[in-house]
Amino acid sequence: MTGFRLAAGGRIDRARPIAFRYDGSWHQGFAGDTLASALLAAGVDTVGRSFKYHRPRGIFAAGPEEPNAIVQVGPRPDLKATQVPLAEGLEATPVNCWPTARFDVGAAIGLAKRFLPAGFYYKTFKWPDWNWWEPLIRRAAGLGRVDPAATAPAGQRRHLHCEVLVIGAGPAGIAAALAAGADGRRVVLVEQDPLLGGSLLVDPGEIDGMPSDLWLRQAEAALAARPRTRILRRTTAFGCYDHGLVAAVERECIVWKIRAARVVLASGTVERPIAFQDDDRPGIMLAGAVRAYLGRWAAAAGRQLVLFTNNDDAYRTALAWAEAGLAVTAVVDARRSADGMLPEAARAAGIAVTTNAVVERAHGRSRVAGVTIRDGAGGTRRLACDTLAVSGGRDPALALFVQAGGALAWHDGLAAFVPGDGGYVAPTGAATGLSGLGSALAHGHAVGATIAGDGAPPQALDTPEGTILAMWHAGGDPARSWVDRASDVTVADVGLAAREGYVSVEHYKRYTTGGMSPDQGKSSAVLALSLLGRETKRTPTEVGTTRFRPPWDPVPIAALIGADRGPLLRPVLHLPADDRHRARGALFEEYGGWMRPACYPAPGESREDAIRREAAVVRAHAGIFDASPLGKIDVRGPDAGRFLDRMYIHRLSTLKPGRLRYSLATGENGIVVDDGVVARLGADRFLVGTTSGGAQRMAESFEEWLQCEWTDLDVFVTPVTQQWGVVNLAGPRARDLLAAAGSDIALDGTAFPHMSFRDGQVAGIPARLARVSFTGECSFEVSVPARRTAELWDALIAAAARAGIPEPSPFGVEALMTLRIEKGYLHVGADTDGTTYPADCGFADAVARRSDDFVGRRSMRREDALRAGRHQLVGLLPVGDDAALVSGAHLVATDGGSDGHVSSACWSPAVGGRIALAMVRDGRARLDEAVTVENLGRWTRARIVRPVFVDPEGARLA
Amino acid sequence: MLLIPCPWCGLRDEAEFHCGGESHVVRPPDPDAADDAAWAAYLFDRDNAKGVGFERWLHRHGCGRWFNVARDTVTHEIRAVYGMTDPRPETAS
Repeated sequence: MTGFRLAAGGRIDRARPIAFRYDGSWHQGFAGDTLASALLAAGVDTVGRSFKYHRPRGIFAAGPEEPNAIVQVGPRPDLKATQVPLAEGLEATPVNCWPTARFDVGAAIGLAKRFLPAGFYYKTFKWPDWNWWEPLIRRAAGLGRVDPAATAPAGQRRHLHCEVLVIGAGPAGIAAALAAGADGRRVVLVEQDPLLGGSLLVDPGEIDGMPSDLWLRQAEAALAARPRTRILRRTTAFGCYDHGLVAAVERECIVWKIRAARVVLASGTVERPIAFQDDDRPGIMLAGAVRAYLGRWAAAAGRQLVLFTNNDDAYRTALAWAEAGLAVTAVVDARRSADGMLPEAARAAGIAVTTNAVVERAHGRSRVAGVTIRDGAGGTRRLACDTLAVSGGRDPALALFVQAGGALAWHDGLAAFVPGDGGYVAPTGAATGLSGLGSALAHGHAVGATIAGDGAPPQALDTPEGTILAMWHAGGDPARSWVDRASDVTVADVGLAAREGYVSVEHYKRYTTGGMSPDQGKSSAVLALSLLGRETKRTPTEVGTTRFRPPWDPVPIAALIGADRGPLLRPVLHLPADDRHRARGALFEEYGGWMRPACYPAPGESREDAIRREAAVVRAHAGIFDASPLGKIDVRGPDAGRFLDRMYIHRLSTLKPGRLRYSLATGENGIVVDDGVVARLGADRFLVGTTSGGAQRMAESFEEWLQCEWTDLDVFVTPVTQQWGVVNLAGPRARDLLAAAGSDIALDGTAFPHMSFRDGQVAGIPARLARVSFTGECSFEVSVPARRTAELWDALIAAAARAGIPEPSPFGVEALMTLRIEKGYLHVGADTDGTTYPADCGFADAVARRSDDFVGRRSMRREDALRAGRHQLVGLLPVGDDAALVSGAHLVATDGGSDGHVSSACWSPAVGGRIALAMVRDGRARLDEAVTVENLGRWTRARIVRPVFVDPEGARLA
Repeated sequence: MLLIPCPWCGLRDEAEFHCGGESHVVRPPDPDAADDAAWAAYLFDRDNAKGVGFERWLHRHGCGRWFNVARDTVTHEIRAVYGMTDPRPETAS
């Protein structure tokens, strides 16, 4: 119990206490706290255990760079406690310890630490292979747990368009937004924190002659008063993509896709530590974080501070600590001298400043209890403290700048990467490497003013700061000096990686896993690459950074998914008479994006029995089928016939009005892509039928050929699938049933033969009647306006009773499939695949009859299409046991390989057993041959037959 | 995510479009006269330029029109959009 709440101050609401539970214990914080600030104020030293060695860890940072306090909140894993707003009843647990962070069984691993260097897993768990070990290792070195049963709140995806996007609402970002929006331009300002202000929330000053808090309130009010300026709080910009797209996530649930003409990046800096022995002990924190907890949340990390720094900025932490009435043992400054304004202020406050000295190691186990410092002469001495604030400098947060195409440049004076050239975002403020409040305001204003507006920049003074001394590892055992706390990477691991040849920073990263944790190496990346450079005698510029990829900070998958889940994941189409099928007890399944009845099981009837019954009733009496999803494309224009001739393997321009013709469509590669029945409605007009799944694809293909290749053809293409409801009556009594329903169309086979259509009315509904069959039975396809489909369905069924005929049996897609397999009718996509030419499925003659060109024709004369040994469509009848005669089964060749496969199979009521269609090597020349079919270890003997099992003469179609 | 200037609808998000691959691929005017090599070249051979490439795009969730795009495949900069029957424009690489 070390940290505590100061009696006064902070941007928290002490009138609103909040109870929360962490790691099994109840604590209290206040509104305005984060989980991290509340834990710190509650005196919780050990908030978790490290990833690999289970070392005790405390809060290290105050922002998204936090590497230690990785927590699970309910079903949400791997959150950084610094980013979790405190809420009443919040329950959180650390992710990597058991049973609790303080008493962790896994800590025994830490004792074996010297056996677990970087690459240990890769080197050790090679036998029998990594996949065998992986689940075990993942459990041991876990992060949070995902509960598959938990449902995350639905996320959203939203779009924003603006002229100027400003990322970050610190002083520079606010100045930029004020200037850029001055002339009424549309400005969006995003800030990851709930509060605007950035550094002003921790380091207040004076702006335009007033306290910065007052200036901040006025600026916020001015921005809020602008109708075209929008402020998004708790919104983290996480990715910059091509052509200026910026993605941001608000409150972990809304993903914003922001298109901005100009993007200003005022993302500030991230502080980095200096490595020394046992620098990961609880109580050792970034200097800026110690100050932020004090100033913003009135949370003191401890009572006795040592500050270890190589720069002036960190002195602000010692000053704030002393101002809060807490003891500062010493400031240990690595530089030879420190005589700038801030170090002098520290001395004036009575703080002991030791220059030319470093902290070499920390003492204490569960909490830092003191440090050993080494001075320039080599002498060491021990200082007591319960808190060590460390600062190795500040790195401009430039991940988004680089994602947007910008290049980084190493700045020796700042010992940091600063923005170089390129990219579409304009960095400003501390993100450019500037220090000083006045400079940040002036720069932000100038960047905003280049876009719009003028006026004077907000005025403030800079506090001059001395130069930094680049320092990475101050001393002590490198194997116990941490680089990446979140991934447990030490200084020694960096050396090992370099010695083993992983000198590319990308290889280093993958070998050590440095930078791969939820903090994404925000505070460790520059430290790591500088150490790697030291090992390999390269400058930071030569080493470079790893590639910055989105997201800059983790984004919940639920937010990225947005509303695309459950029934909205992939919306399906429903039939126009959907409720009629439901009333009949239909078993719905999805076919090509449509929810269609697979069958209509009677109470207690199995799916398979229902399919057989329905198919049998169609052959014996009549069935009624909802065929509405069949694709329908209206093709019209003076060149419609010529165009369709080029799109199908049959000539369609010779079709007479009133007649129908079946044909196949192929791609330019000669492969079958669709089939359907085409009706000629008039001299210049056709209605093209397609498969249900191919309706959109074929209409798009027509458009592509017309717009891109045959621009001289005068043809209009209109997809009309969903404008029509289609009900099919099929079976020996279909004609009688239709007559009973009433129609002005002569229905007898002479006046209205197979493969023709008539327009008229059916049951008082304007209708088109088509004599087309996919069942092999006499069949009438009735098309009506889609909204009248249910009316037609009811009329066709009701007519039966009036005429004293048994009702037609509704049949589903599966019975239709049984009926068409019995007839050997092709199902494109089942019987054909990406290798099937028309000749392979029985259409060689149709192709041969064409002397003119059509899409794919030339490809059908290639060697591959004409070679012997092609797979051809045949039928199969089992000899004896039929267990293997299922779709997907293979025919076994004499050499043990495959001789083809079963493409469709069913139990046929007409045949009284299983039948199949198959694509078989040289199949048509092998009729009557006995073959062996294998499926998943089961074997069936079968005989190759012609692919038609019922009514080969077509007598039933009449 | 590209912003593509549809000649009919103006600047729109890439998600509204479908890329149809390389443009200006000439279909042999008499396919029967084309030998296997020429036909295969038409079907399969593409420039796949590093630098400015010429593609056809469909504004699928918009006007439904095809048009040509000259796009730098390295920087994604769109150098020109032009009609399907227009000649390939001069673009400095």
